[in-house]
Amino acid sequence: MEVAEAQHAAGGPHLQGAQPSDELARNVYRSPRELLIEYALGFCALISILTTLGIAAVLLFESANFFAEVSIIDFLTQTEWTPQFSEKSYGIWPLLSGTMLVTVIAALVAIPIGLMSAIFIAEYAPDGARRVLKPGLELLAGIPTVVYGYFALTFVTPTLQPIIPGLKIYNALSAGLVVGVMIVPMVASLSEDAIRAVPRSLAEGAYALGATKIEVVLHVLVPGAISGIMASFILALSRAIGETMIVTLAAGATAKLTADPTDSIMTMTAYIVNVSLGDTPQGTIVYYSIFAVGLVLFLITLAMNFLANAIIHRYQERY
Amino acid sequence: MADASRFDERLTHRRRKGIVLGAVFFLATIFGLVVLITLLVDVVVQGSPWLSLDFISNYPSRIPERAGIKSAIVGSLWMIGLTAVVSVPLGVASAIYLEEYAPRGWIFKIIQININNLAGVPSVIYGILGLALFVRFFALGRSLLAGAFTMALLILPIIIIASQEAFRAVPQGIRESAFALGATRWQVIWSHLLPISAPSIMTGIILALSRAIGETAPLIMIGALTFIAFLPGSVMDPFTVLPIQIFNWTARPQPEFQGLAAAGIVVLLIVLFLMNLSAILLRNYFERFRPR
Repeated sequence: MEVAEAQHAAGGPHLQGAQPSDELARNVYRSPRELLIEYALGFCALISILTTLGIAAVLLFESANFFAEVSIIDFLTQTEWTPQFSEKSYGIWPLLSGTMLVTVIAALVAIPIGLMSAIFIAEYAPDGARRVLKPGLELLAGIPTVVYGYFALTFVTPTLQPIIPGLKIYNALSAGLVVGVMIVPMVASLSEDAIRAVPRSLAEGAYALGATKIEVVLHVLVPGAISGIMASFILALSRAIGETMIVTLAAGATAKLTADPTDSIMTMTAYIVNVSLGDTPQGTIVYYSIFAVGLVLFLITLAMNFLANAIIHRYQERY
Repeated sequence: MADASRFDERLTHRRRKGIVLGAVFFLATIFGLVVLITLLVDVVVQGSPWLSLDFISNYPSRIPERAGIKSAIVGSLWMIGLTAVVSVPLGVASAIYLEEYAPRGWIFKIIQININNLAGVPSVIYGILGLALFVRFFALGRSLLAGAFTMALLILPIIIIASQEAFRAVPQGIRESAFALGATRWQVIWSHLLPISAPSIMTGIILALSRAIGETAPLIMIGALTFIAFLPGSVMDPFTVLPIQIFNWTARPQPEFQGLAAAGIVVLLIVLFLMNLSAILLRNYFERFRPR
């Protein structure tokens, strides 16, 4: 009751003279309750930092167990990945080449189609069509990857087999094509944002000089947005490298150093999942190998994310 | 006088090039939608013979005719509920700290860069983290709780980024007038910012949870079993979820199981569609009440 009255007296309209403002500030802003809330919220924000540290610590410490048995030079230079054979070899290259093969195929699909979609949605589509096309493309991004994996294995591969002789049931081509479709919305959406960020006056200037629409697009808008467009490519490819379920279901589980897209291969992510499915006992070298492969995967995607951000910040045209 | 005939603007050629390329751009845009429709039609055609009430209410079985997704649906519901309980308070609280408290210095910058990078970490890496940290180190085993913690960390960056945008969209005048009336910082946040930004935050949460409901790889990593013919009774029980059941059926060579996988996909996509629809409706409904 007393407190309520005091608050009423302090905050109500019948103030008697001016209150010392710093005293008020001390009472209100430095109250233990307010400070406690601030610290609690700050701790929550810290969790995201702890997550990153946790990922780094887990990958480094568990990989150390792996590199205690396998020399890091063999890991980086040998070209055979045969943990299941009696003569074991742990060279990362077959897994890296599998990942790269799928990523290159995905890039060949997603980069042209994503960029052209971005141009169409940003410059050609009337407002009504844009309101349908953009969410429509974003639906593609919302489909779970296991569904894409099912699609690649049971639809794309059987459809391609009559056209491409020698296409295996599990192959890099189908997986790569479907990963490409999956990342189209990412390229399209980020590139469109970049294109729309180019000032209208640049386009109007080009039109005033007699340029046609396609010339404005190709010589003004796309070059003006090139940093954002490049960043969208890198981010999308980083997503493709980390993609797991499509390649696990459709690309196979044969660690092989090959550039043949019709062949069965194994990516880094598929290896990690396959080891987990096999219920490998903890403490074996195969168990630790998933952390070493995970570390390589993490470093590659991290580097690509940093590169994309650096391109955006450093080479962005400032208008 | 300049000779006008020496300037050849080749307008016909340039316009033709524009029309051709414009058509190509249009086809590229349509391509994604065509694939989407093909995928949906394929899944519905393959899956509809297997869709029935028994499919929803039966446990997985080695006999395709008797197989169902009861344990997978219940597992997914548990998983999403637990994930939300863990990640929503953490995510919204982080966003409040970053937007309303954190001084705009290097700490803010580091946390922000870190969150953006976390959003780009492959989900299978979160699975590795969950396996080493929750399953082994904290000895939670292959339980619902370990899965939910892993999934919560995975969607945390999405919730934080969505909530930050929601808080940024609140007009500064609302904060200032509340402060001017003597409200404390927390009173401003609790009684003004949160109610105003709640619809946008809810939309972000629903989208983040629909990402979590479709994730497969992290849960395979922490060892969510694929053949579970019982319902989890507590958060420490083993479990399966819908995407893992779909993965398991897809990976089998028999065509019957692929039909079952398609039926499971239809159910999963319906759930996702309803979640997305509610997010859109929520946004549109509350858009009208938002102060500008």
